Amino acid sequence: MRMREELLINSKVREGDFKRGGEVSSKLKDTLKQLDLDSKIIRKAAIIAYELEMNIMIHSEGGNLKVKIAPGRVLIIAEDTGPGIDSIDKALTPGFSTAGNEVRELGFGAGMGLCNVDKFSDQMEIESGPTGTVVRAGINF
Amino acid sequence: MLVDEIKEVLAAEDLYQPEFSYQDREITTACGADLMSDVLAFSQEKTLLLTGLINPQVVRTCEMTDIELIIFVRGKQPPEATIKLAREKEIMLLKCNYSLFHSCGLLYQHGIKPENIIGTG
Repeated sequence: MRMREELLINSKVREGDFKRGGEVSSKLKDTLKQLDLDSKIIRKAAIIAYELEMNIMIHSEGGNLKVKIAPGRVLIIAEDTGPGIDSIDKALTPGFSTAGNEVRELGFGAGMGLCNVDKFSDQMEIESGPTGTVVRAGINF
Repeated sequence: MLVDEIKEVLAAEDLYQPEFSYQDREITTACGADLMSDVLAFSQEKTLLLTGLINPQVVRTCEMTDIELIIFVRGKQPPEATIKLAREKEIMLLKCNYSLFHSCGLLYQHGIKPENIIGTG
């Protein structure tokens, strides 16, 4: 059993860098596979990380995606600088989105991102203000 | 259905076939979508994705959700970046000329079932 919290990943995510969208989440998936976690936990973590990574690219001026592992828990943290979320309640309403056409053409921006993070995590916290947003999503195993 | 049977029913063309063999892989469910967030939300493991979207994010979405076969519909040719990523991730790519609706209908007719969507029973 792992006895303490460990930082597995701390990667920069750039605004609008869609060509590289998913690279950090892909790295996370490979890292968790090496740790031999259950495939369902890995899948949940990968989906959460991917949605948060795309959110940073779409909605912020850039940020970082961090992944920590602790006894019985994976924690994914997305920190960005940017305008923040106007209404967290609205952002958590399926179908609500402020994303533009370029993002929609990629198959995102349908107002499902944070709902998916909430759906696949066991705990989710959002702090948002006029200078940025922090989303923390935990998965228990 | 076996992958070869799916290829025959959809008159599909290979775009990328991973080195390990898919010949014996039995596919029982499929997901048809152009919204990748919906695929992330609802799809289950070991299914196939039919889509009209051709950018690399389609492959990323399948990587995250453990989908191992993508079929591009409406005769769409994905860009090289999409094929390259599929090669890296060993996700099989096919394309067919039918519409998304028609492709789904043909597979349904041949026994492929809808997924039991998480959250709706």
